[in-house]
Amino acid sequence: MATKDYIRERFFPHIWCPGCGHGIIMNALLHAIEQIGLKKNDIVMVSGIGCSSRISGYLDFHTLHTIHGRALAFATGVKISRPELTLLVPMGDGDALSIGGNHFIHACRRNIDMTAIVMNNRVYGMTGGQYSPLSGYGTYATTAPYMNIDQDFDVVQLATASGATFVARSTTYHVHEMTAILKAAILHKGFSVVEVMSQCPTYFGRKNKEGSASDMMEKFRARTVPLGSKKKQEDPTLIERGIFVDKQMPEYCEEYQKIIGRAMKDK
Amino acid sequence: MGRQVKFVQGNEACVEGALYAGLGFFAGYPITPSTEIAELLSARLPQNKGIFMQMEDEIASICAIIGASLTGRKSMTATSGPGFSLMQEALGFAAMAEIPCVIVDMQRGGPSTGLPTKLSQGDVNQARWGTHGDHAIVAMTASNHQDIFSVTVDAFNFAEMYRTPVILLFDEVLAHMRERLEIPSPGELPLVERLKTGVPEGVDYHPYLPREDGRLPMSDFGGVHRYNVTGLFHDMWGFPTEDPKIVYGLMRHLVDKIEHHVDDLTRYREYFAEDAETLLISYGSAARSALHVVMNRRQRGERLGLLELQTLWPFPAALVRQKAEKARYVVVVEMNMGQVLQSVKAAVERPDRVSLANQVDGTLITPTSILNILRIIQGRGV
Ligand SMILES: Cc1ncc(C[n+]2csc(CCOP(=O)(O)OP(=O)(O)O)c2C)c(N)n1
Ligand code: SF4
Ligand SMILES: [Mg+2]
Repeated sequence: MATKDYIRERFFPHIWCPGCGHGIIMNALLHAIEQIGLKKNDIVMVSGIGCSSRISGYLDFHTLHTIHGRALAFATGVKISRPELTLLVPMGDGDALSIGGNHFIHACRRNIDMTAIVMNNRVYGMTGGQYSPLSGYGTYATTAPYMNIDQDFDVVQLATASGATFVARSTTYHVHEMTAILKAAILHKGFSVVEVMSQCPTYFGRKNKEGSASDMMEKFRARTVPLGSKKKQEDPTLIERGIFVDKQMPEYCEEYQKIIGRAMKDK
Repeated sequence: MGRQVKFVQGNEACVEGALYAGLGFFAGYPITPSTEIAELLSARLPQNKGIFMQMEDEIASICAIIGASLTGRKSMTATSGPGFSLMQEALGFAAMAEIPCVIVDMQRGGPSTGLPTKLSQGDVNQARWGTHGDHAIVAMTASNHQDIFSVTVDAFNFAEMYRTPVILLFDEVLAHMRERLEIPSPGELPLVERLKTGVPEGVDYHPYLPREDGRLPMSDFGGVHRYNVTGLFHDMWGFPTEDPKIVYGLMRHLVDKIEHHVDDLTRYREYFAEDAETLLISYGSAARSALHVVMNRRQRGERLGLLELQTLWPFPAALVRQKAEKARYVVVVEMNMGQVLQSVKAAVERPDRVSLANQVDGTLITPTSILNILRIIQGRGV
């Protein structure tokens, strides 16, 4: 199946600004799905609210566009009811880690088989450029005109500490790498987190004088290195990309089947 | 299989009703006085391949049941005041996206953490207007365990029939009091199963195009039809739109599908209402005391009657107007500052005849208290 067959052309044009990174992530995700050979009927995509979360409307899967921050909770209800389905949960950085932070850490801990994709543009795009928990100290935003003094999260460390069994990071510059990582994340049995550094030229770019979309992507190239690279030792401010965690732990839906087995014996 | 007789808490009567109705998924977060529902279902559900999940909070709980319902499972959550407050945004999502589900609110004293182990009926208007925006909703209650069982079955039936969240507003006294429950044998009470689309695979399915009768046949998530579900105003495919004509059409549909079926949705009981000079209107545990007063006074020849409401929303205004027509005094007995009182006043021809007999100290209003209030209303003094 060609990637265009995964798209609901009826619902185009999309709402994203020219140069927005979210479309690049959608493209990489579709290539990953195509390479795995998943059928459209087998995929459920659950998203929250934000520019990023609009992705679900454009794709021809079973799609559930929910409320801000709660996508993982909705997805949990779907997945445990129909474990044979493949659950994809794209979220914005604010969606996943501010209002949805509680659901995020608990989904990691539960190790339910689904793929969470954090489309991290370090800003609240949809509401017009306010700082997010991923913006970081020293950035500027429409609600941080003098400078943001909020410290940021490291998504990879947070997911790892919370118990996610697959944790990775890529960027919109590294499309092939991102595709390969998304593919591995979807194939992984358990809760997978993929942070994709994405650009919002309209707000984060403008407020922080980062230039055009391509300038911002060029920065992803220059400021990130593959996991384990020597350059990181020389310059600790560089951000690592790659697969940080890939381990096997009991998966929630499978464990629940065992509970059903026990309960039926006790009946 | 014959009828099973049990001596149970109200929480358990609710559990039995839900299982009888075909509950397949429960998600919840512990809170007094509803916790026993979660505890019981954690044991009972997996015995029949059902699923129980304890979530990280009430928001996650209601979101999970909406997700599970989309796959075709009858789904429920249970909570009390503080948790019910947290659920309001997702409740609106279920109303907007028209996902069947049942939410139990075992009311306790509020606002805030209030009186965790004491009773109130203070969430009646929150059930109606707690979530933002215009919408219609179904909310039901009962005053004894047999009725808790049957309105719980009704709640699941209405959720499926009207594709709506249904709220069960019980209270702390009912939750923890023990009483006899006779569980009907399978097949004795009618069950409404999900209306599934007959559109075959490959043919365009419109998830949000109502049939002539207003009902929307569903297709399970994971089935042969792929479609979009959103909390945004949406067209017949479920795709977001701001087209004023479509927005208006959806709003009308959401309200009319409930408000046009008040008769079907109304459940109530009446005791000597026909010739009552003084008509009590009550519901939930307060109706137990009200009934006691009516029975007692009737024996003395006083023309007292009771209209016990089980469906609170949509408010059965026509029924209330008709039953109150001949009464000289209409007295609403409830455990709040007059939440159903407002609806009764709006429903009857002579609102000046309607008074409130309430109690808001966390304890159940007694027949004696009701009687004293009645005497004052009737101008007879205590
Ligand atoms: C409960 C609630 N609070 C606030 C909002 C407003 N809101 C919509 S999207 C959003 C943030 C979006 O930022 P992010 O999740 O990072 O996604 P992006 O738009 O950047 O892709 C906010 C605050 C909302 N829809 N619901
Ligand atoms: S505002 Fe930013 S995140 Fe939203 S579509 Fe535009 S570029 Fe993308
Ligand atoms: Mg963002």
